[in-house]
Amino acid sequence: MTDTTVSRRDLLCTIAGCAAAASVAGCTEPTHTDFFRSHLHELEPDEVKALLADLEQEYSAKYGKEVTVGMTEARPGVSFAYALDLSRCIGCRRCVHACVKENNLSREPEVQWIRVLEMDKEKGVDLHHANAYYDAETVPRPGHFYMPVACQHCRNAPCVKSCPVGATWQEPDGIVAIDYDWCIGCRCCMASCPYGARHFNWAEPELPAEELNPKTHYLGNRPRPKGVVEKCTWCIHRTREGLYPACVEVCPVGARKFGDLNDPASEIRYVLENKRVFVLKSELNTRPRFYYFYGV
Amino acid sequence: MNVLRMFVRFVTGSIRIVTRGNALYWTWITALLAMIAAGVVACLHQFDEGLQTTSMRDQVSWAFYIGNFTFLVGVAAAAVLLVIPAYVYQWKPIKEVAILGELLAISAISMCGLFVFVDVGSPLNLMHLVPGIGRLNLPNSLLAWDVIVLNGYLVLNFTIVTYLLFSLYRGTSPNHRIFTPLVLFSIPAAIGIHTVTAFLYNGLAARPFWNSAILAPRFIASALCSGPAVLLVLMMLLRRFTRFEITDTAIWKIAELMAYAMGFNLFLLGAEVFKEFYSNTEHVVHARYMFLGLGEHKALPPYLWTAVACSVIAFLLFLVPKTRKNPVTLVIGCVLIYAGVYIEKGMGLVIPGMTPDTLGEIYEYVPSTTEVVVSLGVFSVGFLLFTLMVKVATPIMLGEFRDIAAPKGEVAH
Repeated sequence: MTDTTVSRRDLLCTIAGCAAAASVAGCTEPTHTDFFRSHLHELEPDEVKALLADLEQEYSAKYGKEVTVGMTEARPGVSFAYALDLSRCIGCRRCVHACVKENNLSREPEVQWIRVLEMDKEKGVDLHHANAYYDAETVPRPGHFYMPVACQHCRNAPCVKSCPVGATWQEPDGIVAIDYDWCIGCRCCMASCPYGARHFNWAEPELPAEELNPKTHYLGNRPRPKGVVEKCTWCIHRTREGLYPACVEVCPVGARKFGDLNDPASEIRYVLENKRVFVLKSELNTRPRFYYFYGV
Repeated sequence: MNVLRMFVRFVTGSIRIVTRGNALYWTWITALLAMIAAGVVACLHQFDEGLQTTSMRDQVSWAFYIGNFTFLVGVAAAAVLLVIPAYVYQWKPIKEVAILGELLAISAISMCGLFVFVDVGSPLNLMHLVPGIGRLNLPNSLLAWDVIVLNGYLVLNFTIVTYLLFSLYRGTSPNHRIFTPLVLFSIPAAIGIHTVTAFLYNGLAARPFWNSAILAPRFIASALCSGPAVLLVLMMLLRRFTRFEITDTAIWKIAELMAYAMGFNLFLLGAEVFKEFYSNTEHVVHARYMFLGLGEHKALPPYLWTAVACSVIAFLLFLVPKTRKNPVTLVIGCVLIYAGVYIEKGMGLVIPGMTPDTLGEIYEYVPSTTEVVVSLGVFSVGFLLFTLMVKVATPIMLGEFRDIAAPKGEVAH
């Protein structure tokens, strides 16, 4: 299988006569930016292994420390969901920054997967009067409440539907994932996402080597190239190993709950069974796996 | 073999034609080449630095490039307006014009492709759109459909025009058993490309400004104005500078059809405005941003009101027979229509759709220098293509550029 891929690549390289592409894409020395490889879902297990090894080598060389790139699969029978307690959240943005660190987000320009909105208590959940640029030093401000928004991991995800090349999809455990190396950067998914959850690398992401989290997942926090879309993956490299997402761990008031819907003993099940939950923009029928609730 | 030799002579003859011209021609070509060069430099800079060189950001993630793309799909679709009467009703005066319309469609679609190319973040990954190498997300993704219909339309028009012009060059009548079905097919195809492009926006429930059922009809109506506007000006120029005989009747007829299309376009716009402002839901915020501005964010309204004014004035100029038949007011009307639709279907469609963003944030977008220079470059490529093709097509249609082995005299087509 590897042989056919290689020969197809060579063939295409020859056909395209891609002297220009070769210099840019490294056509002659195939690395993970091997533009002629097949879609991730069509790769054989040994090809995936080779791909991950390539990436590990590339990142380790680039950042001067050992980087692992995992591809832990979804655990059978697991169905993730998230719940956020609006009555507890104080808008401190610790989740935002923990996420940036954990997921190797670009520091310059700084990309953030979580946007915390400050809302007027009198207006309720009203996005058109929300403020994302409040000063986190003075929270919680009287008369306001705070609503963090990130990827809602919709069951009926408009982003997945709109991607022209199938670079984003829903995993069996519910996580909506992106293959950064397959993304063409057309930003259809950003236009179709009702939650502003998708972020584009407008510049080459800048990530100081000493701040790099070396434990990465192919569909998650591995370093991204410029010109592709990224978003929250519910810390896929952690949650598939049985850990909580970084935002859940860091939240000082315990507003964030995460777990397996199929596990009757999970906290998420407790929230859904005992609290009144709602989802954002329910009228769009996106059916988010992310719930908001008022705990008290 | 004979045909092949003839085709080689056709190609070499065409090259000879485009490399000869007067001072005005060469000034025009040089200006276009200079702008293309500037565009290429800006584009390389953009590839190098990433799309941060544009003014687009997460809040407004599609903007000037995609607006231009959308406008040009409309221009390309407009060839249909001229093809219908020319071929379906065998209406002689417009027939030559239909060829020009198809040449315009080819140029416009090429520009569309370039605008998508400069807009994507990872252009090298575009091959993931190529069947066999990549993976087209069909039937779900509207952009995947758009890739198919736009490329299909390009191939279709290119085939029709090449076949027709080569037949004329050979001095033979085109075989209507091949030709007519192709031409007839190009009519629904033209409607198709603009409908699919409208659906690309229309299908996004996250963007209430675009999520309106009359978006596709509005696209078609405005396209039926902007495309012919280019052609009318071109026809006046050809009439003036070549032996091309284009009757007044043909020009007036097209202008009249444009008046109806513009009237319908304005009606649809009015229907949209009524729905937004009367129902006054939170979704009106986008229309409000477009026409009135939001707080201190007022970059768009002057631009939009210019478009409305252009469209209304042009509509009146084309509706009144006297101004429609006056060459001066006719050209003014064409320019106004072009400007009006350019704003309405470009920035006027994309920017308010994305402002405020889905979480209510207002990021006021104004195109960057890179975006403007790259776009000028892309437009120049289109104009260059169009100029060269018209330069070859005109003497063929006039019977001046004919194969040495071709029979003399008028050819029916």
